[in-house]
Amino acid sequence: MNGQVSPQFSSLGQQNAAATLGMWVFLATELMFFGPLFFGDWYGRLHFPLEFAAASRHTDMVLGTANTAILLTSSFAMANAVEALAAGRRTTARAMLVATAVLGVAFLAVKGLEWRHDWQGHLFPGRGSFLANGGQLFFLLYFALTGLHAVHLAIGIVLVLAFALAMRHDTSALAEPGRLRVAGLYWHFVDVVWIFLYPILYLVGRAAG
Amino acid sequence: MTGIHLLPVEASSLAGRVDAVFLAVFLITGLVALAIFALVVFFALRYRQGSPADRSNPPANNRVLEIGWVVTPLFIFLGLFVWAASRYADIYRPPADAMPVFVVAKQWMWKLEHPNGRREIDELHVPVGRPVRLVMTSQDVIHSFFVPAFRIKQDVVPGRYTSLWFTATRAGEYHLFCAEYCGSQHAAMGGRIVAMEPAAFARWLAQGSPAVGMAARGLELFRRYGCSGCHARESSVHAPKLEGLLGRPVHLADGRSLVADEAYVRDSVLLPRKDVVAGFEPIMPSFAGQISEEDLMAIIEYIRSTGGPS
Amino acid sequence: MERNYLTAGYSLKSWLTTRDHKRIALLYLAAITAFFFIGGAAAALIRLELATAPGDLVSADTYNRLFTAHGVIMVWLFLIPSIPSGLGNFLMPLMIGARDLAFPRLNLLSWYIYVAGGIMILTALFLGGVDTGWTFYTPYSTLFSNSHVVLTLLGVFVVGFSSILTGLNFIVTVHTMRAPGLTWFRLPLFVWANYATSLILVLATPVLAMTLLLVGIERIFQVGIFDPALGGDPLLFQHLFWFYSHPAVYIMVLPAMGVASEIIPCFARKRVFGYRFMAYAILGIAVIGFLVWGHHMFVSGQAMYASLAFSLLSFLVAIPSAIKVFNWTATLYKGSITFPAPMLYALGFVGLFTIGGLTGLYLASLALDVHLTDTYFVVAHFHYIMVGGSVMAYLGAVHFWWPKISGRLYPETWGRVAAVVIFFGFNLTFFPQYLLGAQGMPRRYHAYPPEFTLLNVLSSAGAALLAVGYLLPLAYLAWSVFRGQRATGNPWRATGLEWQTPSPPPPDNFAEPPVVTREPYDYSPTGEEIRQ
Repeated sequence: MNGQVSPQFSSLGQQNAAATLGMWVFLATELMFFGPLFFGDWYGRLHFPLEFAAASRHTDMVLGTANTAILLTSSFAMANAVEALAAGRRTTARAMLVATAVLGVAFLAVKGLEWRHDWQGHLFPGRGSFLANGGQLFFLLYFALTGLHAVHLAIGIVLVLAFALAMRHDTSALAEPGRLRVAGLYWHFVDVVWIFLYPILYLVGRAAG
Repeated sequence: MTGIHLLPVEASSLAGRVDAVFLAVFLITGLVALAIFALVVFFALRYRQGSPADRSNPPANNRVLEIGWVVTPLFIFLGLFVWAASRYADIYRPPADAMPVFVVAKQWMWKLEHPNGRREIDELHVPVGRPVRLVMTSQDVIHSFFVPAFRIKQDVVPGRYTSLWFTATRAGEYHLFCAEYCGSQHAAMGGRIVAMEPAAFARWLAQGSPAVGMAARGLELFRRYGCSGCHARESSVHAPKLEGLLGRPVHLADGRSLVADEAYVRDSVLLPRKDVVAGFEPIMPSFAGQISEEDLMAIIEYIRSTGGPS
Repeated sequence: MERNYLTAGYSLKSWLTTRDHKRIALLYLAAITAFFFIGGAAAALIRLELATAPGDLVSADTYNRLFTAHGVIMVWLFLIPSIPSGLGNFLMPLMIGARDLAFPRLNLLSWYIYVAGGIMILTALFLGGVDTGWTFYTPYSTLFSNSHVVLTLLGVFVVGFSSILTGLNFIVTVHTMRAPGLTWFRLPLFVWANYATSLILVLATPVLAMTLLLVGIERIFQVGIFDPALGGDPLLFQHLFWFYSHPAVYIMVLPAMGVASEIIPCFARKRVFGYRFMAYAILGIAVIGFLVWGHHMFVSGQAMYASLAFSLLSFLVAIPSAIKVFNWTATLYKGSITFPAPMLYALGFVGLFTIGGLTGLYLASLALDVHLTDTYFVVAHFHYIMVGGSVMAYLGAVHFWWPKISGRLYPETWGRVAAVVIFFGFNLTFFPQYLLGAQGMPRRYHAYPPEFTLLNVLSSAGAALLAVGYLLPLAYLAWSVFRGQRATGNPWRATGLEWQTPSPPPPDNFAEPPVVTREPYDYSPTGEEIRQ
């Protein structure tokens, strides 16, 4: 199966170009999917500046920063896996993929811990909240953004593990370096989204004093 | 009304000026449409298959022509934009002496109150020749205050004030419509605007008005809700004094400054931390959910009655 | 008989599991046609109710459900997928000389997603319907409506993913799978138009998806996002909704422009005038279309300066549309013109789109918009664009490519009769609505003051004529599938690659991969034969 070209394509090069572009377009769509939440954040800061600043000071800076480090490291591992497979070092690639997945799971664990703290601190929108109206909107966006990000990360972890498992056999289509590169794009995208979330949710409000 | 008119009667000071723009756009677009249709029909006939027309050197493009029909509309559009935008700005710039009327919309009814306390439902009486300014909010969903004869429309949004002004120029009765879909009885949420000669209006206003005007009721509410505990002149609490507040510039703690209007007072009552006045601590509690829109409007009318620029 | 895509398999399974873009296109066209007539039935009831001033045929609540169903079905289940997912699916690979779309399985998946979303919306309709209007304005939709809002939202949300997948497929296909020699500026304008449409589908649809999700969250969990009583902001919803829904207008009309740009040169026997300007205009519309959403909110209470900026941009987006109308007109000059049904539809499209576009200028003019917005003027305006524009073009396209799709010719006389009936029926239905709006009749009114009666009666009479016009093609096209004369590969002597293969095309489109050596629209009015 390795390297087989689907009938609609005339060459492997064309197929890989299509797969890569397809992933980029998909990621553009994904980015726009996060868009309303980012827009909501901007709109909220404009209309409820004090409440947003106050609410964002309740986020857990330490856990958020730790998670940023974890995720950046996972992207590093993913990039290594892609390079290793392209160079034919399949065992290294598999080890790196496992490392990527483990770091991803660690991120989710930390995130879960943080959500628990938020919940116990009544930092949520709706009845029983500890927050003022604008602050509730902030935490709604906080949960929506981090939740959506976590869903994407979970999908990424499954994807990475699937590659790691499939690569035990070199007949698998997933052992093709082009495919792993496309999967790598997705992982880096999830990382980049977090790079935007981190300052918006944890830093901006604190900087505003 | 019989026959077909392009536009309803012009019954406000704005209507004629808006209609002038309408007429200009009508002429321009009409002319362009006719020109295009005439050309299409002419070409279709002249160059139908088998006609003897000259077909030598058919053009595939013509840069000069193409740039021409990009640039010409551009300038016409810019002209229209500026003209229509300045009329639009007029709709949002009420004269300083406009008579306020408070409007609360709910499913499916318009509740209106004049400063002297006279209330109306689904009907608004106004004097001819005197600017009237509506301060509007909604108790539930979005509605829209639309008077075709005045060429004005403004969404009425819950949670905030929007405003609108007009000067009726001709006595008569005009349709009031709700123009934003608001649920089951949306189509029935209408009424009429009755524009009256000033003398007749004064008589109407005096009839059946309650003994207390909005301002007097507002003062009572100002005390009952405890506002006076901090904001009254003799209070010992360090809170901004509100006499003559409306229309006055206010400097805020975060360096911004604004001119106090009804929306500002409303926000200060319901979202006291939004615009904190410079030199004061944000210690005021929010009254969100504790005060009705009508009461809040009466308090604003009381504050207005204490003087100030408007 | 040679094996073609229609004879490649007869079982139901061979259709429902096909990966052939041409078969998937037919699956789409079947579903789209069904939804068109369901949405049309709702419209017929609306016009019947409005034939008299009082609300006497159906109750106010029923009426509100009818116009909501009409809007939701026509926008998301008919207009948006009609030309791109239906005809575009069939034509895009053929026009660029490819064997299929880049991701055939994704293509089939997108049809299933579309049908699933459509079924959800219909289920909501049969359970009692939804009464928010297709715009789902908050806080009405989140806290006040007692109807099946969440199920409908979910249906629209699901359908959105089908749009995204189709857009993604088109973008990748156009970029990576064009035949040798087919450079960007040799692409048919239909391909350009669907490419630009795909960009909008991919970038705008996810915004709608998330926005509807937020409406659902507010409605189910009662947390404040859009409702001020809970600490939200209703204008935030309008910004997000129109950020999608204005570009969505261009999703509906750009492909129609692409259709006109194919049909008019073919029957004028002449190169399309100003090909490059046409391509740039398409991209210009797609880009500027993302920046004008606030013109739906001039009386909403948004900041005045925002309104000024949105008004100016709205005037600017009219310019590329004007370029296109001028260029279609100029294409006729020195042509050798014939008038079969597709050409009648295309010329009808140009006329009606011109009126729709020009009346858009009234709404872009701030002071006029204050009077006209949320009245029947707006209803007339967007129906001229979407029905007069998109549906006319869609029908023109169905007739133009019918020989290619079915391998049969449609009956020409009937085709022309239907085109004329639809043109007059349409104008009689919607022109009076401009006048109603200018006089101040608000939209979404179940009953209206008696002075609006005459124009409403005219409009309802036009709707009856229009209904006949729409039923005619359904009948004679169905007839032609069995009895129509067999079509050659290129009955219109047209230049596109799709005409260089037999009708109906073989399963993998071309016996030999085509190589392009000529410029697009290589027509000659003086009668040199185009290669057959």
